[in-house]
Amino acid sequence: MSEAVKIKLSKKDLESDQDVRWCPGCGDYAILATVQRTLATLSVRRENTVFVSGIGCSSRFPYYMNTYGFHTIHGRAPAVASGLKITRPDLDVWVVTGDGDGLSIGGNHMLHALRRNMDLKILLFNNQIYGLTKGQYSPTSALGTRAASTPTGSVDHPVNPISFALGAGATFIARAADTDAKLMAAVLEQAYRHKGAVFIELLQNCPVFNDGVWEAVKDDPAGKQIILAEGKPLLFAGGTKGIRLGAGMVPEIVEVGEGPGKVPQTDLLVHSERGSRNYAHLLAELVHPAFPMPMGVLYREDKPTYDGLANAQMAEARQKQGPGDLEKLMLSGMVWEVGADGTRH
Amino acid sequence: MAETKNLDRVVIRFVGDSGDGMQLTGTEFAKAAAEAGNDISTFPDFPAEIRAPAGSLFGVSGFQLHFSSSDIYTPGDAPDVLVAMNPAALKTNIKDLVDAGTLIVNTGTFIDANLKKAGYAQNPLESGDLEKRYKVHLIDISHLTSAALDGTSLSTKEKGRAKNFFALGLVFWMYGRDPESEIRRIHQQFAKKPEFGEANVKVFKAGYHYGETAEVFQTVYKVPPANFAPGMYRNITGNEAAALGLVVGAHLSGKPMFFSGYPITPASAILHSLARYKNFGCMTFQAEDEIAAMGAAIGAAYGGSVAVTASSGPGIALKGEAIGLAVMTELPVIIVNVQRGGPSTGLPTKTEQSDLFQAIYGRNGEAPLPVIAAKSPGDCFYCAVEATRIAIKYMVPVILLSDGYIANGSEPWPLPNLSSLPRFDVTHRTDPKDYFVYERDPKTLARQWVVPGTPGLEHRIGGIEKDALTGNISYDPMNHEKQVHVRAEKIERVAQDIGELDLRGEESGDVLVIGWGGTFGALRQATDGLRARGKRVSHAHVRWLSPMEPGLARVIKNFKHVMVAELNLGQLRAILRATFLVDAIGLNKVQGQPFKVREVELAIENLLGADAPLPEGVTQTRSANA
Repeated sequence: MSEAVKIKLSKKDLESDQDVRWCPGCGDYAILATVQRTLATLSVRRENTVFVSGIGCSSRFPYYMNTYGFHTIHGRAPAVASGLKITRPDLDVWVVTGDGDGLSIGGNHMLHALRRNMDLKILLFNNQIYGLTKGQYSPTSALGTRAASTPTGSVDHPVNPISFALGAGATFIARAADTDAKLMAAVLEQAYRHKGAVFIELLQNCPVFNDGVWEAVKDDPAGKQIILAEGKPLLFAGGTKGIRLGAGMVPEIVEVGEGPGKVPQTDLLVHSERGSRNYAHLLAELVHPAFPMPMGVLYREDKPTYDGLANAQMAEARQKQGPGDLEKLMLSGMVWEVGADGTRH
Repeated sequence: MAETKNLDRVVIRFVGDSGDGMQLTGTEFAKAAAEAGNDISTFPDFPAEIRAPAGSLFGVSGFQLHFSSSDIYTPGDAPDVLVAMNPAALKTNIKDLVDAGTLIVNTGTFIDANLKKAGYAQNPLESGDLEKRYKVHLIDISHLTSAALDGTSLSTKEKGRAKNFFALGLVFWMYGRDPESEIRRIHQQFAKKPEFGEANVKVFKAGYHYGETAEVFQTVYKVPPANFAPGMYRNITGNEAAALGLVVGAHLSGKPMFFSGYPITPASAILHSLARYKNFGCMTFQAEDEIAAMGAAIGAAYGGSVAVTASSGPGIALKGEAIGLAVMTELPVIIVNVQRGGPSTGLPTKTEQSDLFQAIYGRNGEAPLPVIAAKSPGDCFYCAVEATRIAIKYMVPVILLSDGYIANGSEPWPLPNLSSLPRFDVTHRTDPKDYFVYERDPKTLARQWVVPGTPGLEHRIGGIEKDALTGNISYDPMNHEKQVHVRAEKIERVAQDIGELDLRGEESGDVLVIGWGGTFGALRQATDGLRARGKRVSHAHVRWLSPMEPGLARVIKNFKHVMVAELNLGQLRAILRATFLVDAIGLNKVQGQPFKVREVELAIENLLGADAPLPEGVTQTRSANA
């Protein structure tokens, strides 16, 4: 990541020569454009940047980035990316996945990549539906979702991606909407600078199979989003409403201000990215429609990464034992010599 | 005073509860035999349970050792000496002991509860039947062990654990082995718990002196050293050899090695070995599952490492889709399958060769890849080096087949001269001019290995069909046709790079025995024996199963009979019949046990006109024309 010479890049430098093949109106276009623009702003070295993906609409992403890219198989992107990052800690490795790819078929790999604090930047496009296979409900679809495979409504409860990432042990957790280029760019920039497992949930619209699923959140940003800011109270609705912690740590929406029925700002929860995990879990549980959705960086901590620790062990072994001597290695264990006269020594 | 008698060879089997330390006893006695200059071959045979219920039939653990003053290929068909530590061990093994063989029994465990667990209505030691067939030595090893430890601070349970060292001491005396070196080894092994080391030495000595003084053994046996060619030797198991071969293979390529695996019997020992080789540039990764292990290996290969994963059949099944990705993206990965009995969980600790079809065909789509099979513990080393060389040269995943028998079995192995092994250094392309992702080497058809971090060569790969030149996504019908053919052709071209067929005997004759993998020892010994008796029998042992070895085409039609011997229901036979249109018959066995030499001999003799019944469970198929 440390570049001696700053390279000047434009968004165009990050675009590959391939035609983008998502459906018209797909939220992925906006995400692609923001990622390209942000990486250009950050002057990343294209040759040291790798995008790894699984299967699904979002996983076509690497083809459109003029960096190194690997479109792998369903759910396995975190595993492939881990093998790459462990052996090539010099590279910036991004993982692009979706709610089905990352939390259903690849849920196990996601869990372990986050748990290990592998230095991967994971972007999970959450549209609450399987798009590429033509509209089946996904592990983030709301209970009762009517889709191709659930004509009478789904009967399984959805997973909350942020809660999952927190529980697994991600060290940088954020959320942004596909259409909010400014916030997404800010989040991506901080993610890029974070050393460790990054998990960003991108609320993404699928205009064909699940159009408008985040509409209520995105079209009323003031009323349905809390834009998180370090050290600032949890406010929304133009600062007229906020989140207070009631008895038993139950979050409640309160009117902010002076007068009857209103509470002063000082009573509200104050955001800290490096707050306790309990606080982060509380934020994760603020879910639409009961609550406005927290957007921005929800949680972060500094913790040794798997790739860092593993490579440190390699360096330590070399330092302590010296570079491996193959002849000696072959002669370890139970060894003997048979002389020219057939006798043993 | 006991007389000393010279023997050419001895097969001894130690059997007891899985907690009795039979593996340790066998391993230590094997070391002593190797140290004394004998050729050896070992066969550990243990249950899948770590500590099966004491005294149960299924909890019996065994270790067979064949030691000899002449060349041997197998751990022996039947034991000449059986050391049985409890009734269950006696019950499950006595049928294998040769007539007039030596039987040593720990009588201290023949109590009602154990007899009942073993299904004995009466104590078999009291009927006198055993004495009619065998040289029986009844010794209360349990009691003698605890007596030897009288006055120590060990608990009764801890004392009981030392009894395998009594048995070891006794056989050391019987075969005139040097007790001093064993005493040193025990002290070394228990350096961290010296009180146990001390106790084990005491019991070991008690066993040794018991043999000397009790005058129950009239004879001490001596198996003189074998004639080994001059050079350095090492006692080695197949898994140890595979690990060494992988390290050396990576070294010869000039690349760092990455190994990812998930714990599975009987392959885990490869991971354990490599995890200790960090200063050789081996990075090991215990993945969350088999799929992740294969995925991580692909990621590492993409990044420019020699990437390896190892597993057994069930794990290879899980890796299947990801192996297909390596085929599609044409990345070098070495995949080791230490085969065990299947299907499903099958027989985790037992051997079988039933994953050949899985290796060659076990993926969706047309997904061919090279498959190599090791024939002995030491050969695992060379096959690992070969697999690495071919994977890199042809940019392709390679499957290396081993099996539980050679993975856990050991043999004296002449150490290779490392400097004589040819290097196959890798150079990654850095020139951005006119780079096409799927442009191929005209001779090998390999695409170039370009790694991330190279400026100007940024490109994208993936599992979707690729344009034959640019590597961009392509759904063009003729492009797919072309790519499927070229991937197959690439594997066929590996044939130009593999050695001569391992053929013992003439290129024509009455019977051609064809085998592959770990059955080598039994097949070679059986065919050598028959050849020595003037029979027109040859043995071809196939190393590369995909592509098929070219040498086979030359000889396979020159024999009256072709018999394919394998520990499955005829997988190689089916492939050979389809490939060569020969009426090959099969010799097959699926008991989790290796072939016995005698079984193979009988089957060949039948083809030569005899009409001998084969042992139960061993099947010889008939000619399709018969």
